[in-house]
Amino acid sequence: MTRSLSRLMPVFATTAVFLAGFLICSLAYPNFASLRVVMNLLTDNAFLGIVAVGMTFVIISGGIDLSVGSVIGFTTVFLALAIERWGVPPFAAFLVILLLCAAFGAAMGATIQYFELPPFIVTLAGMFLARGLSFLMSTDSIPITADLYSNLSDHAIRLGGGARFTVPAMVMLAIVAAGMALLHLTRFGANVYALGGSRTATGLMGINVARTTVLIYTLSSVLAGLSGIVFSLYTSSGYSLSAVGVELDAIAAVVIGGTLLSGGYGFVFGSFLGVLIQGLIQTYISFDGSLSSWWAKIATGFLLFTFIAFQQITLHMARRSRLRPAGVAQP
Amino acid sequence: MNFKALLLATAFSGALVSAGVHAADLTIGFSQIGSESGWRAAETTVSKAEAKKRNINFKIADAQQKQENQIKAIRSFIAQGVDAIFLAPVVSTGWDSVLKEAKEANIPVVLLDRDIDPSGKDLYLTAVTSDSVHEGRVAGEWLVKTVGAKPCNVVELQGTVGASVAANRKKGFEEGIASAPNVKIVRSQTGDFTRAKGKEVMESFIKAEGGGKNICAVYAHNDDMMVGAIQAMKEAGLKPGSDVLTVSIDAVPDIFKAMAAGEANTTVELTPNMAGPAFDAIIAYKAKGTVPPKWIQTESKLYTAADNPQAIYDSKKGLGY
Repeated sequence: MTRSLSRLMPVFATTAVFLAGFLICSLAYPNFASLRVVMNLLTDNAFLGIVAVGMTFVIISGGIDLSVGSVIGFTTVFLALAIERWGVPPFAAFLVILLLCAAFGAAMGATIQYFELPPFIVTLAGMFLARGLSFLMSTDSIPITADLYSNLSDHAIRLGGGARFTVPAMVMLAIVAAGMALLHLTRFGANVYALGGSRTATGLMGINVARTTVLIYTLSSVLAGLSGIVFSLYTSSGYSLSAVGVELDAIAAVVIGGTLLSGGYGFVFGSFLGVLIQGLIQTYISFDGSLSSWWAKIATGFLLFTFIAFQQITLHMARRSRLRPAGVAQP
Repeated sequence: MNFKALLLATAFSGALVSAGVHAADLTIGFSQIGSESGWRAAETTVSKAEAKKRNINFKIADAQQKQENQIKAIRSFIAQGVDAIFLAPVVSTGWDSVLKEAKEANIPVVLLDRDIDPSGKDLYLTAVTSDSVHEGRVAGEWLVKTVGAKPCNVVELQGTVGASVAANRKKGFEEGIASAPNVKIVRSQTGDFTRAKGKEVMESFIKAEGGGKNICAVYAHNDDMMVGAIQAMKEAGLKPGSDVLTVSIDAVPDIFKAMAAGEANTTVELTPNMAGPAFDAIIAYKAKGTVPPKWIQTESKLYTAADNPQAIYDSKKGLGY
């Protein structure tokens, strides 16, 4: 029991940072501690939360996916063109883009697996490819006027005080819950942890490494596609420049959430909190109104640094007290 | 920190709105695109100064060129319960749902510098923008008046191809000189709004026009290109400002320096003060319910050597251009 509690330490730390941050903001600004601000946090960061779930799987498996931001951009442009210019019904367009994303992710996973290339390079190529394609399709911001879009973006559960529980927020919470179940309760999830511990040992254990790797990148790209759908709902438009740099925000959220960049250890819930912490910093800055918005990046950088240092210290202490060696999953 | 002052200001602004509005009680949030150009940075500086003049509690969120950041900022302004929101939209589409939220919360929105898609027309109170066709027209009319009946060959340095501002400034200038058959555009090429490209294109114009002897005036779609062109003319042994007339648009500090040195003749201002008229519209709207016109056009003021360019240079150089 105590051991499983100490395993959860990083998530507790992230939770504490989030709660402390929220408290500080609420003390500074009377309107901050409201349901409306909490709901805005969920809605405004929904697209980031969804990709962060996929990124958690990738990083726990010892990889990285730099293509997600570009996949979001590509998805928004594709949807705008498909729905507005080619007359495809929205739901059919959603299905097509998710299948395209799945194929894209599977191709990246297969390249990483069979050509034994580092994920960094393969997904970097994927990033250029997807962003380049979206520019090729259109450089303009294209409005999406389909009825479904205005209905979905107006549809929200009103919680009083102007707070709205919106569709993007619902989708993100559902994905976070599903991600937690998939990672912690299924065999696939256990394989992801094993892969991050050691690829060779995982192979020797009789786990299908190739299949797991391909599935992980497929999952990440499909979630990026879903995030793109949510993003296009959020802005009711498709734009090739949208979500530039989101992959880095997602990686930051995952690391702040307590996942080890070297793999083998981490939690979906932590990544979710990492996303909320970044959103919290941005909200604080716009409530303040006089700080440069670049402070958000500085604060995120500082938090990242602190969390990495914190991880190293706990790892070091764990080794010294002769507990389990680092990086190996619980059987 | 000035937490307390801010706390008090926000608390009071909420409480006093119903008790008769006074500028000092207003809190206004401004979602700015970023600081991609000198003009944009100057707009931010001037907006802050204008807010201070009117005692308005002014909050600026810099979106770093990202629409999602602008939407987030608008949402958090609504959550704060500000009295009005200013928005300089980075793209023209995708604002409907967040502006609907502002409308539901009874927070008026004013667009600054750029417009949004017509579908959002009833979601904002007014838009304060410059008319770039008008800017070009002012430049053209000045040239016609200055040369009189004398024949005048004009070379034109265009902005970036495809940019609406470039197309509009070209169109406006042509309208401005339409009444004078003696004023003709003989060469026109893009200088991409940059100094380096402006200089390069001007050099080729000078070569093509017999060492510049046939050129009577240069029209540049922005001051930066003109500064480059002035350099090219000086290197070719011409005297810009006397041999060759110059007229350009934007009114950045460096063109005033050139005017003070007698090397440039005139510039048409794209004012960085878009917030000033917006503040006045909001104050009138909150105090008396005066609904402003849907479009507030900013003044396109013409500056010449008679306007004490050195003093203007000194006042503008600190704005962040």
